[in-house]
Amino acid sequence: METATIPAELDVYWKQLDCGFPRVEPVFADCMREALATLSKQGVDAYIENARFLGKMGRGAEPILIFMEKWPAVAKTLGEDALPAIMECIRRMWKSPNGNAITPFLQSLPATARRLQSPQQLRGYLDIALDFMERTTGSIHGIQQTFPSPGLPSLFKQVSVLLSQLSLEGLKNWVEYGVRYYKDHPDRQIDYFSLQSADSRAVLQRERHGTLLVDNERKLDMYLRGLWHDADQLIPYSGAFDELRKPIPYYDKLGIRLPDVYDDFIPSVGCTPCTENGAWNAPYDKAERIVISGIDRYRAVLAHIAAHRRWTTAIFADNFSPFQRMAVEFLEDSRVEYLAMREYPGLRRIFAALHPIPAEDACDPENESGVRHRLAMLSRAILDPRHPYKNPHIIEFAQRFLALMQHSDSGTPEMADLAVLFVAKTRRQSDQLPKIHFKDTVVDYRDDNRQMWKFIEEGDEEEAFDEPRKIEPGEEINGLPPRHYHEWDYLNHSYRPDWVSVYEALHPSGSAADIDRLLAKHAALAKRLKKMLDLIKPQEKVRIRYQEEGSELDLDVALRSLIDYKSGATPDPRINMSHKTSGRNIAVMLLLDLSESLNEKAAGCDQTILELSREAVSLLAWAIEKLGDPFAIAGFHSNTRHDVRYLHIKGYSESWDDRVKGRLAAMEANYSTRMGAAMRHAAHYLEKQQADKKLMLVLTDGEPSDVDSKDGRMLIEDARQAVTELDRQGIYAYCINLDSKADKYVADIFGNQYTIIDRVAQLPERLPQLFISLTK
Amino acid sequence: MTNKDQYKVNQEPFYQPQGDEVALYEAAYAARLPVMIKGPTGCGKSRFVEYMAWKLGKPLITVACNEDMTASDLVGRYLLDANGTRWLDGPLTTAARIGAICYLDEIVEARQDTTVVIHPLTDHRRTLPLDKKGEQLEAHSDFQMVISYNPGYQSLLKDLKQSTKQRFTAFEFDYPTAILEVEILCKETGMDKEMSASLVKIGQAARNLKGHGLDEGISTRLLVYAATLIKGGVEPRAACRMALVRPITDDADIRDTLDHAIDAVFG
Repeated sequence: METATIPAELDVYWKQLDCGFPRVEPVFADCMREALATLSKQGVDAYIENARFLGKMGRGAEPILIFMEKWPAVAKTLGEDALPAIMECIRRMWKSPNGNAITPFLQSLPATARRLQSPQQLRGYLDIALDFMERTTGSIHGIQQTFPSPGLPSLFKQVSVLLSQLSLEGLKNWVEYGVRYYKDHPDRQIDYFSLQSADSRAVLQRERHGTLLVDNERKLDMYLRGLWHDADQLIPYSGAFDELRKPIPYYDKLGIRLPDVYDDFIPSVGCTPCTENGAWNAPYDKAERIVISGIDRYRAVLAHIAAHRRWTTAIFADNFSPFQRMAVEFLEDSRVEYLAMREYPGLRRIFAALHPIPAEDACDPENESGVRHRLAMLSRAILDPRHPYKNPHIIEFAQRFLALMQHSDSGTPEMADLAVLFVAKTRRQSDQLPKIHFKDTVVDYRDDNRQMWKFIEEGDEEEAFDEPRKIEPGEEINGLPPRHYHEWDYLNHSYRPDWVSVYEALHPSGSAADIDRLLAKHAALAKRLKKMLDLIKPQEKVRIRYQEEGSELDLDVALRSLIDYKSGATPDPRINMSHKTSGRNIAVMLLLDLSESLNEKAAGCDQTILELSREAVSLLAWAIEKLGDPFAIAGFHSNTRHDVRYLHIKGYSESWDDRVKGRLAAMEANYSTRMGAAMRHAAHYLEKQQADKKLMLVLTDGEPSDVDSKDGRMLIEDARQAVTELDRQGIYAYCINLDSKADKYVADIFGNQYTIIDRVAQLPERLPQLFISLTK
Repeated sequence: MTNKDQYKVNQEPFYQPQGDEVALYEAAYAARLPVMIKGPTGCGKSRFVEYMAWKLGKPLITVACNEDMTASDLVGRYLLDANGTRWLDGPLTTAARIGAICYLDEIVEARQDTTVVIHPLTDHRRTLPLDKKGEQLEAHSDFQMVISYNPGYQSLLKDLKQSTKQRFTAFEFDYPTAILEVEILCKETGMDKEMSASLVKIGQAARNLKGHGLDEGISTRLLVYAATLIKGGVEPRAACRMALVRPITDDADIRDTLDHAIDAVFG
């Protein structure tokens, strides 16, 4: 195979490669030269050999092309020793039906290598991938491995995004979750592993490394208030899914937007590319290579924004060219930071570590536009008096800036003048070039400065933000938006994030007279209850001791005083005591299971369980109202995890009036019992009540279940978890169960906090009694 | 007769006036009007009273009020001794007899029915009936009543009766402005100006958090403590953490924020 494009010295390698793909030939020489320059002798041999294997694999030209192009660079980061492990992985994919994943795998290699850095890490990563492949490759009718893993190619396509946000451990957990839930569902599996589905993103968020804004909101809010005497809504945005155009912090009248997560900033690894040219090493001693923690990065952003809010006045943008505007922004940023550092000198440490140090010679003025580069250098020079720059303009303007700031706060217009001068002085022909030098010029704790400009003429893109969103007529929202709750998965001992959607609505209303009729029917019972209520109503008396004047003599103290008196010491005159009655302080939440099974006739009488429940609840509500405890009533049923309905019957602030009675009268039973979610939702109301004791009564007639949950234990275990959560919130959950076979499960959920009422006909009588004895 | 001189303030206490409070107090004293001083903890209420007592050359009797205090703790009681019983004057009675300034510190801590005993002394009558002893005590012409309290942490239960409040003229104290506070730190502890300014800046960061997790900001008194520690050779950051942050909060978030403020201020 003699061809003109293969130079003679590489011919021997070309023969060895023995590749017939026409697309390989034109790139061979370049790849080979790079390989020869970076790889060792054995490395080159292995390179050719493995490339030859990939060419003969029967998967087209893609794998060999990618390998030849990328390997030398990958070998540089990971070392040549990593190759056997990688090839082994490819071989395993090749032997299984997963050949289609080889190309994405090879394509992802350079990015993965950059993230993983070490061969050990790479091995961990390959193990995760292979384990994933094995578990998701489908088998049918006992024949092993018939279908390819649906998610594997997607995983490789996403892996660079994933590794940028997850540690290897996090990646493992994320993959594990996907395999666990979507093993048998190819379409969902693909959605999950291509980061399309909501829970995929939610799990990713959970596993992320770094400092999350949600965990630190309070701290940052205090920072803003305490140090800057400023306060605003902090709104997170996600930088995870927008690779091309990373969002920048900004603020407007709705609040301050910050990224949802910040990793610790380590100047020496990857993050500041300036290490490559050694800018960090030269004039700086080691002590300066400090790690800036995520929380300090948030504080830097907030300090910058707070400084803008304090010292920046908006100026008109229309008279400036885009370059001028950029320069004004850079100088204004420097000015507010300078003032902030004057206030809090400790900020300099953080700013100086986060601000990039563009190398003076990094930008090629012939081919690139150096506008940003020059401004970033100027900004660095202002921030850091030990800057390494020699450029006379940079030095001159840094000094002019400092001179302006020496005796006053200066102002935005003054900065604008200085910026215009700087642009004029340093202008070059190449500034107009489309290729702008970006490296090391982005100061990531600075906001986008949208607030410092005003426009005389309308029609710039900024206005688009203020346009009211049009709501389509059909889009109007009925009822409250859903609330999402986690659900406990006992098999994996973890929560499924935002798994259940709970829709809360007002229970439809019926006729209140029905309830009054029910109460009249049970008048005799009510009378008996009344007696019991009267018994518990005047609560225990509490003794108040050490009173100079009181209703009774406190003998203990009186004796002590007498002894003091006899022995010549000052006697305590407070020898009396008095009594006071202590208030009852219980908040109650009554949660009713309104599932389909309530429509059955109760054993031993001709009423349905629903009717009996209604009578019982009416009596109970009447009794609690008499006692004066704050209480609420709600019902629930569910139709899969996407539709758990929580029906509001009585709220804490409502009294036991006709409207509440009407809702109770209209009570209907439908669908299934997803108890955990309903309890969590009810708990968030009960939790807000101010009471010493909080009691949640759950009235149910069967075990938790739902149509989309095949594993019967799952919802039982979830309900048990919910009870534990309630306990942690200081809520005492108590179950009244009408299922005579409940012994099997109810203790699992509620421990010993339950009663089973076998004879449902007795419910109206038992329920209020039970409540009274519980709260005595 | 009780020795008057033991209640005298002998040395001039350092007090930095924030406004015209010294002149106003002197006017109130000239007319023997009762005075109430409100303000957050550690802002200089007691120091002010001490200073005024010194300036006017009058004895000062201070009572720190508490919940268990009874009317007889203020007025006096009969004690038993070998010969029977003996009357012992309480601090309020003593002050009224010898013509001292009687200063009830943190008056809201005492129960409301206790504080009522001061009523006859604080209006035109200026008498104190000692019913147990059967004596109607006319207050000395130099006697004056001063009370102080901190409205910041007052709960619904801890407030003064309107009838008590309306017997007093009142000063509302607050932490001094930054410039004044720097001066106070310099004079009180001999600290240099720059360090004092840094301390004041930290104090102000904490005061901004009042109501957002802190019940009270860092008081001038604590700033003085911190300055004293630094003056005694303690490293400034450690001194600030010890004197300014740890005492006022158990909340980890606030502690972090204030620790960061210390780092930010000291650079």
